[in-house]
Amino acid sequence: MNNKSILTRQNIFFGAIFFAIIIAMPHFLKFHHQDLLIFLTVNVLVVCSYRLVTLTGEWSLIHAVMMGVGTYTATLLFNHYDLAMWFTIPMAGLVSGLVAVLLCFPLLRMTQFYFLIGSFAAGEAIRLIWIYHVGLFGGTSGLRGVEPPILFGIDFLDPIPYYYLTLAVVTLCLILLYRIENSRVGLTLHSIHWKAPLAESVGVNAWKYRALAFILGSFFVGIAGALKVHYIGSVTPNQFGIGYMVFILIWVIVGGYNKFYGPIIGVIALTVFDESIRSFEVLRPAIYGGVLIASILFLPLGLESVPGKLKAWFGIGRTRQEPPLTDQ
Amino acid sequence: MTILEIKNVTKQFGGLTALSDVSFQIDEGEIRGLIGPNGAGKSTMFKNIAGFYTPTNGNILYQGKNIEGQKPHTIAELGIVRTFQETTLFQEMTVFENALVGTHIKGRTDVFSAIFGLDKNKQKAAGEKVMEVLEFMGLSDRKDQFASELPLGSQRALALSIALVSEPKIMLMDEPFAGMNPEETNHMMDLTRKVRESGITIVLVEHDMKAVMGLCHYLTVLNFGEVLAQGTPEEIRGNDKVIEAYLGGVK
Repeated sequence: MNNKSILTRQNIFFGAIFFAIIIAMPHFLKFHHQDLLIFLTVNVLVVCSYRLVTLTGEWSLIHAVMMGVGTYTATLLFNHYDLAMWFTIPMAGLVSGLVAVLLCFPLLRMTQFYFLIGSFAAGEAIRLIWIYHVGLFGGTSGLRGVEPPILFGIDFLDPIPYYYLTLAVVTLCLILLYRIENSRVGLTLHSIHWKAPLAESVGVNAWKYRALAFILGSFFVGIAGALKVHYIGSVTPNQFGIGYMVFILIWVIVGGYNKFYGPIIGVIALTVFDESIRSFEVLRPAIYGGVLIASILFLPLGLESVPGKLKAWFGIGRTRQEPPLTDQ
Repeated sequence: MTILEIKNVTKQFGGLTALSDVSFQIDEGEIRGLIGPNGAGKSTMFKNIAGFYTPTNGNILYQGKNIEGQKPHTIAELGIVRTFQETTLFQEMTVFENALVGTHIKGRTDVFSAIFGLDKNKQKAAGEKVMEVLEFMGLSDRKDQFASELPLGSQRALALSIALVSEPKIMLMDEPFAGMNPEETNHMMDLTRKVRESGITIVLVEHDMKAVMGLCHYLTVLNFGEVLAQGTPEEIRGNDKVIEAYLGGVK
């Protein structure tokens, strides 16, 4: 819990520049890159909501599938009830959250490695439901026909308006996530991560808070899922397979999961990196593997720790000592 | 007045009986020592009281009500808080944050209040309580340091602070003096007395005989999961059975 205000003059200044850049950005990009920018913005919400789940120390492998729950919810509501995006987005979050509530009871009986594997199994079970209930979910070929809204004469099918819409929703969600983490609730989640028995000994119901983190994380990633499907227009079960989940993990780990902005740096850096190695298509998995290994070996605290390390090398100012990365 | 009553508590782990038909009572406001050789069942007794274990048989009565088998966080809410062996702290948090976690029962909040800052007054009160306790424990000038940077004595004092800010009625202290030098032990003894003077009943599991004899009003000696003897420190010191089982050969 940080009692110091983040609204210092310096932060406002850099924040304003940062926002100016991300608002101006799509106008300088090619169509293909504008698409990517939208996906990147959605992925920022995915990694930040995932970080909320990991705050209690439980790493899950179901996050991608929870995003899928949001995506399918938005798709079904749009296709069957013709609900506009303003309704499908919050509903997607709520349904993802509700599914998470149900999953809490079996999954959170487990912790650590068992939870990881259990969450993976539960995720695959949900994916199988999508694949085998062809009538409702469309099977392996999924569903299509989702459209972005038209409002005040602006057609959001155009990437630039849709980017601004995504940016607005994601920014709002990030503010909420940040508020949660820096509140009493966040402190309690951290305390469970570092020493659950000690937290319990002063009255913390660790199960309840693990469940809370899981449900809230699923809620926000459900919103991300809805944002994505309204742009690409279709959904298949394979979008949310273990492959995408591994990308989420790599983004979070390479960026650094100890700080709020770590995963954001990770997803931005790796998306840019991914674009730059496009021409080596076959080698991509190997390059990613190399990046992950190198990051764990040389930057265990992730990319977010680089500025601190540089400062320490050049002796600029006194840096706050990083807490050791020991678990329990 | 009896605040905690252990009635015929038995705890078995498979075929191993860690506690066998243990009964004793603890009065409000006393410092009770729970001593015995290694493996006598002291820590097991603690864990049963604090809800980390459920007794196989028997009852634990707190203020006349059964509490055995409740979850640790429920027991903490009732007013029984334990400290841990060695230095169990949130090493990665600051001293202030460590103690702040201890205010959970009164300071907890829901997600909506957290997001919209509706719990400001509550959090301010929690912060004030923390500073009061850190002052009491002599830790207030270290409040922004990481717990891992503190010397051993201060770490133990912080562990005690976390328990104290939760405003318990009974504090279960598990070997708070282990690994301390004589100076640190004396400081810790003073702190423990201060805690008791603030109206908290203390149950102490400890091997440091100087501390136990100097602090406790009454001792319960466990051996092989059974109560071997009870009495004042003087009585225990002269008890032949205890000397034989525990102090072995010391006159």
